[in-house]
Amino acid sequence: MKRTVKDPSRIKGWSVDADPKNDPTYPMKRRKDGEHAGYSWERPLQQPITVEILHSNERPDVAAVFGTSTPPSGLSGILRRIAFRYSESSYGHWLPLMLADRLSVVEGVLGDLEHGHFPNVFAERGWKAEWRHNRTSLVRRILVSAVLASATVAYLSSRRAD
Amino acid sequence: MLAMNYRGPQRVRVDHKPMPEILHPEDAIVRVTRSCICGSDLHLYNGSVPDTRVGMTFGHEFTGVVEQLGEGVEKLKVGDHVLVSFNIACGKCVFCQQGLYGNCHESNPQATAVGGIFGYSHTAGGYDGGQAEYVRVPYADVSPTVIPEGMDPDDAVLLTDVVPTGYQAAEMGGIQPGDTVVVFGAGPVGIMAARCAWLFGAGRVIVIDCVDYRLEFARKYAPCEAYDFRSLEDPAVFIKRTTESLGADVCIDAVGAEAAGSALQTILGRKLLMQGGSATTLHWAINSVKKGGILSIVGVYGPIDALVPIGNLVNKGITIRANQSSVKRLLPRLIEHVQNGVLDPKALITHRIPLEDVSDAYRIFSAKLDECIKPVLMPSSVRS
Repeated sequence: MKRTVKDPSRIKGWSVDADPKNDPTYPMKRRKDGEHAGYSWERPLQQPITVEILHSNERPDVAAVFGTSTPPSGLSGILRRIAFRYSESSYGHWLPLMLADRLSVVEGVLGDLEHGHFPNVFAERGWKAEWRHNRTSLVRRILVSAVLASATVAYLSSRRAD
Repeated sequence: MLAMNYRGPQRVRVDHKPMPEILHPEDAIVRVTRSCICGSDLHLYNGSVPDTRVGMTFGHEFTGVVEQLGEGVEKLKVGDHVLVSFNIACGKCVFCQQGLYGNCHESNPQATAVGGIFGYSHTAGGYDGGQAEYVRVPYADVSPTVIPEGMDPDDAVLLTDVVPTGYQAAEMGGIQPGDTVVVFGAGPVGIMAARCAWLFGAGRVIVIDCVDYRLEFARKYAPCEAYDFRSLEDPAVFIKRTTESLGADVCIDAVGAEAAGSALQTILGRKLLMQGGSATTLHWAINSVKKGGILSIVGVYGPIDALVPIGNLVNKGITIRANQSSVKRLLPRLIEHVQNGVLDPKALITHRIPLEDVSDAYRIFSAKLDECIKPVLMPSSVRS
């Protein structure tokens, strides 16, 4: 991409109304010289890339440091790789990521079982705290769920019998 | 080591995980002494932030003791007790150089819209967080600050996010002496924003929420007027009526994606995840602020679109100011405020919970059980 105007100061009236005090970003942002120079800073050393790191296509490369938690894997990993073909401005980026997140929950349960761990969903959801501090509501929710589940089973059984 | 382990929406547990390692010359390994659960962790907990991967450890508000340092770290030494700002910032990029430490360009490869944040999904860099016994802290010469002698660690841990975020919410409001400031949200950040609004000379501070015990807490702590929006016919009309029909000078959104109060927004933003969260607070704030007024946003939203009355924003000439807090920029002033007794952060802490009980801690905080305002997770190494 070529800049069509190389020297804006040659445009008649350029900067005549500029007012440095009209800066609603201050003090959140303290303007510095070089503001418009792009990737002009002395970059920190690059962290060695030892795991798969997906990076936004809105930047030219991987940031100097990054987290190495849970690299993409499995079917959810495939979806995440697809998502990163699209920009942060696109639903094509975010929706596959949300889908991958849901898929990775299933992968997580399968992984637990593979390692001989049966996830205690009730404990993970903090039901002990609910029992201690919100017992009536918890019991009500369990009863409502039980009634709905029983009604569904009964309905499906009766249809099968027909 | 023990660490919180995300297993899916509203499912977390503590597991044994490998010890973190130095991966970069500017890294430090910190033994965690306190770690909070933040309101914005609930967006992760509820599965509403894209690229939140199963197996990750959350936690971006923590203090700890330096155990190990990379060869490039110059300002810290092993044994220092530090508070670690939630922003991961290099201190060198053009954004850090301008004081925008929450917008560092060298800490998050996965997204350009947000800098790196500890334990906040891969959208914020893929870092494991501080709800663990140990944590890797990148850019150790920039993000951590040695806790000043004599400062209570409970105060220190709240200086990593809650206090600076609340303070910056008020700062971004450009509050002038005598201004009426409306803060939407009586969570820890909203309460702190209300408290800090006075520091900028507000003439009147009003907090809107729907949780009675939090409103009561805000009335005493901030101190301010506090109203339950369920008892108001329409929050925007209420604000107009109580401000000579013109609206508030400044409105602060300290709620973000989990806002209650509108069935449409709740269904689209929280249940179906079809927008970047429920934008009820933004809607109310835009319609409650005065023409030419200022809207300050620190509530966290997802990266996709959200329904807001953009036409009113234009027609009223509202200035929006928003950002993740720049903790490092604000810390010197805030440490001063805490040391001088102007601010009392630790009063927000209502629950100290063992790290091992992280599932219960998340439930207590998210369901607002036991009148919880702010829970702190305590690793076994600091429990007596």
